[in-house]
Amino acid sequence: MALVTRHSRLVKEVRGTPVALDGATLVAYAMRQVRPDVVAAYPITPQTVITEAFSEFVANGEVETEFIQTESEHAALSACIGASAAGGRVQTATSGPGLALMWEVMYVASGNRLPIVMHLCARALSAPLNILCDHSDVMGIRDAGWVILLAETAQEAYDNAIQAVRIAEHPEVMLPVASVMDGFITTHGVERSEVLPDEAVAEFVGTYRAPYSILDVAHPVTVGPLDFHDFYFEHKRQQIEAMERAREVVCQVAEEYGTLTGRCYGAVEPYRMEDAEVATLVIGSVAGTLRTVVDDLRRQGIRAGMVKLRCFRPFPGRELAALLGGVGVVGILDRSISPGGAGHPLFTEVSSALCQRGCAPRMRSFVYGLGGRTPAPAQFRQAYGDLLADRQLGAEASAPVYLGLRE
Amino acid sequence: MTLKNWRELRPGGVIAEPGNSTAVETGSWGVTQPLVDFGVCVHCMICWIYCPDSCFLVREGRLVGVDYDHCKGCGICAVECPKKCIVMREGARDLVLGS
Ligand code: SF4
Ligand code: SF4
Repeated sequence: MALVTRHSRLVKEVRGTPVALDGATLVAYAMRQVRPDVVAAYPITPQTVITEAFSEFVANGEVETEFIQTESEHAALSACIGASAAGGRVQTATSGPGLALMWEVMYVASGNRLPIVMHLCARALSAPLNILCDHSDVMGIRDAGWVILLAETAQEAYDNAIQAVRIAEHPEVMLPVASVMDGFITTHGVERSEVLPDEAVAEFVGTYRAPYSILDVAHPVTVGPLDFHDFYFEHKRQQIEAMERAREVVCQVAEEYGTLTGRCYGAVEPYRMEDAEVATLVIGSVAGTLRTVVDDLRRQGIRAGMVKLRCFRPFPGRELAALLGGVGVVGILDRSISPGGAGHPLFTEVSSALCQRGCAPRMRSFVYGLGGRTPAPAQFRQAYGDLLADRQLGAEASAPVYLGLRE
Repeated sequence: MTLKNWRELRPGGVIAEPGNSTAVETGSWGVTQPLVDFGVCVHCMICWIYCPDSCFLVREGRLVGVDYDHCKGCGICAVECPKKCIVMREGARDLVLGS
């Protein structure tokens, strides 16, 4: 009985604590609440706000984390690896070129099966020099063996930051998680969000019980030994399996989180898809813009829909096939490119996932927002127009459309 | 030796059985191995200190031989021996242990 009362009180408090904060500060707030043992990071735009806000929490004694400001991102993630192998709950945060500098160590973290959480503020990769948002950095780590969650809003970035800990540390998973939000748009935009009480987060994430610690001299272990032709393949196969198990864990954790907060998440989030004859697939902050475009089109009698992808790794191919398989024509919106590839990154993933399930609708690739180019509603109205024209003309798969580009 | 399959192996390649290197031969890829002239050796244990793979066998405070299953042939011992009584030789292992 006492438990029930306490739970209801929490739910009330949860829903009743609104804050007006930018996404980066909100994520730093979540980091304080999950109480990592170690955070190692190097400030880089637009992630800097996270590093600053979190180091302030540490300086004020509001969290007992060992905060290490390293000399580079390569060093930051390396420090995380050591701390995680020592049995700590460990986090880092970075952006664009910082993530690129971590690239080698990304594979070390996942290969050693260390449940590190990274808050990634998506940023374009230079050159030409650019600090604004696109998803070039995110797509660069798609094969690195990390679970990848993508937030649309500051609220989602906060919610994902908390859930990421549970997913990473789940004994059936034990993989690092990248929790992504869009640089500047989400990191710096001030939004109304709701925060959980500290004790609710502490209870939700629980205590991390590492399977071993390199500092435990009574039970010595070797981490990261040489792994040649005779064992490496087997260990990689284990990683694939862990990522498969993460599918269910991502949804389980989201469900539990939904019970606590009333905010429910899945691997995908459909919008007005019930009877859609034309749809788009998007990731990140642009989903809000797409919703208004879909609403406009619906008012004009066009049965438009949209699907937002929240979980990029593991890739929810089955869910997407169920949602998009029966739609007449689908546009895949990429915010990154793969020059010379079979298609741009998201397009390639989706078309492959649908083709494998024998349910490929007519699909078209769109690229938008590179290097922070503003994704305006008119661009997406154009995209839906192109898709409807494709459908009417019965046109075969055509070249990607670059939205908002000066032709 | 039957190697474990991917379901049986500990995730991430972690080794939780300390000292399991004795079960695995790691010295097969060296080109030359040390040959100790025990007539000159003064049992100072400098080689024992320097060897990165703990290959010098000691009994009752005296150097008694080399663990060729784990010696990688780096030659550090030969350089550091103050009596210069270690030489690096191709086939030293077979010479000592018999082929
Ligand atoms: S360093 Fe040379 S002299 Fe000293 S114990 Fe080794 S072999 Fe003998
Ligand atoms: S050659 Fe290197 S590994 Fe072999 S015994 Fe000498 S120091 Fe040790």
